[in-house]
Amino acid sequence: MAEFLQLLFAGLTVGAVYALVALGFTLIFQASEVVNFAQGEFVMLGGMVTVFAFKAGVPLPLAALLAVLVAVAVGLSLHRFAIEPAKGATVVTLIIVTIGASIFIRGIAQIVFDKQFHALPAFSGDEPLRLLGAAILPQSLWVLGGAALVVVGLRLFMERTLFGAAVRATAANRLAAELVGIDTRRVLAFAFGVSAAIGALGGILVTPVTLTSYAVGTLLALKGFAAAMLGGIGNPVGAVLGGVLLGLLESFAAGWISSTYKDAVAFVVILLVLFALPQGLLGRRAIERV
Amino acid sequence: MPPEPLLSVRGLRCGYGRIEAVKGVDLEVAEGEIVALVGANGAGKTSLLRAISGVLPLFSGSIRFAGEAIEGLAPFERVARGIVQVPEGRQLFAPLSVLDNLRLGAFRRGRARTDENLERVFALFPRLAERRHLPAGALSGGEQQMCAIGRALMAEPRLLLLDEPSMGLAPFLVDEILATVARLRAQGVTILLVEQNAVAALALADRGYVLETGRIAHSGSGRALLDDPAVRAAYLGI
Ligand SMILES: Nc1ncnc2c1ncn2[C@@H]1O[C@H](COP(=O)(O)OP(=O)(O)O)[C@@H](O)[C@H]1O
Ligand SMILES: [Mg+2]
Repeated sequence: MAEFLQLLFAGLTVGAVYALVALGFTLIFQASEVVNFAQGEFVMLGGMVTVFAFKAGVPLPLAALLAVLVAVAVGLSLHRFAIEPAKGATVVTLIIVTIGASIFIRGIAQIVFDKQFHALPAFSGDEPLRLLGAAILPQSLWVLGGAALVVVGLRLFMERTLFGAAVRATAANRLAAELVGIDTRRVLAFAFGVSAAIGALGGILVTPVTLTSYAVGTLLALKGFAAAMLGGIGNPVGAVLGGVLLGLLESFAAGWISSTYKDAVAFVVILLVLFALPQGLLGRRAIERV
Repeated sequence: MPPEPLLSVRGLRCGYGRIEAVKGVDLEVAEGEIVALVGANGAGKTSLLRAISGVLPLFSGSIRFAGEAIEGLAPFERVARGIVQVPEGRQLFAPLSVLDNLRLGAFRRGRARTDENLERVFALFPRLAERRHLPAGALSGGEQQMCAIGRALMAEPRLLLLDEPSMGLAPFLVDEILATVARLRAQGVTILLVEQNAVAALALADRGYVLETGRIAHSGSGRALLDDPAVRAAYLGI
């Protein structure tokens, strides 16, 4: 029981981060059908900028805020200088552009920061909480709580505001969105900015648990992509579900089989989904295809 | 000199890649008019309307609206100026509620007038009021067309572009839609109407244009076109 709980919490914690990455994928995919493989770099920037600002003496909350702002600036620039000029190119071209951008961002990060692994102090100390014999890191609760806030906040924004409706409208029918006077370019810029902020937040919250380096983005992008595929790409609820499931699968595979196979889980999931469940668990509701 | 028409299109060419769908069209719509644009399938009617709305780039030509050149404006800026389109095939936001579809129609208008305009649309199409919380994709064909027209009206159009509003509808609904078009004109909306039902459209219109493989083949008053033997033989099937 204790071991089960331990693995469960570990899985939920990384799963929450995958969910945030997958949510970022979903936002951009909905607004443009582009799969943004630079999504993982936002997580990396969140962690790394916070680490280096904190080391330079900036208080942690300010360092975190700075990291989110940097990630948003990078996300908006990615849209403005790489995606927007390639307007009219095929989706495959745009996806390759995002892969190039991710390599570029990683290269810059390696120069600006370094090649070491870095940690942050846990926000509320390292003293584990005891729950039925399992030891749970307080930072895990930060990750889960933060992710939950993001998911609920984004949902409310999308459902309750006119701009949120405009984002959903652009996802549903881009031509119609332009014809009612929505500036779809701004919607896409918004999607890039918010995805970057969400990714960065995930990176900040999880760095005390998992450490970070300039290179963590690649694997995170792949896992977030696997999570989004698993949940049904383009579906925000599916993204969260897929992320949490993938985190749990990884955690239990590492605990019960062997930690050697942990990273293989995401690839197995991608392959299984591609072969057996191309729509993902939640897919696109039939009505969206009317 | 007569006042400048509300919309004036000169030498408009547009298309898709190397395909030229509209090959140099001149067209005018004066304030308060209903102008019909008819022609066979593939003649370029939809492409022309898309170019006027700015969602299809021009190869060349000019578009003036309310005295200003607008061909350089983004689609949303044209909506802001009052050029609003009900696109072919309705193009609703299917997963969004009817109410959200209508509210989004008012995206470029002040929130203050949205409620008032909603009331007006619901008065025009009471069915929409009953179904306001349903996803637009769940509406019947006729209701979807009402929703598409309602969504356009929410934008307070000065010029309404209607692309085959009766497409796929039962005959009694076609009459209802055309009656709505007449009523909108009476309320002061200028209308450019594309219709497959050419006889009904020309009968309703002040003036008309016949488009043939991307060029204007005939133009004149609705009556004159209806009476023109060449037009009758080629397009009206009578
Ligand atoms: N998306 C598109 N890509 C390529 N060709 C198109 C596209 N849409 C329309 N066309 C072509 O442009 C021409 C005009 O089409 P359209 O404007 O839809 O005519 P209409 O509305 O009068 O039926 C046709 O030859 C059609 O095949
Ligand atoms: Mg057409």
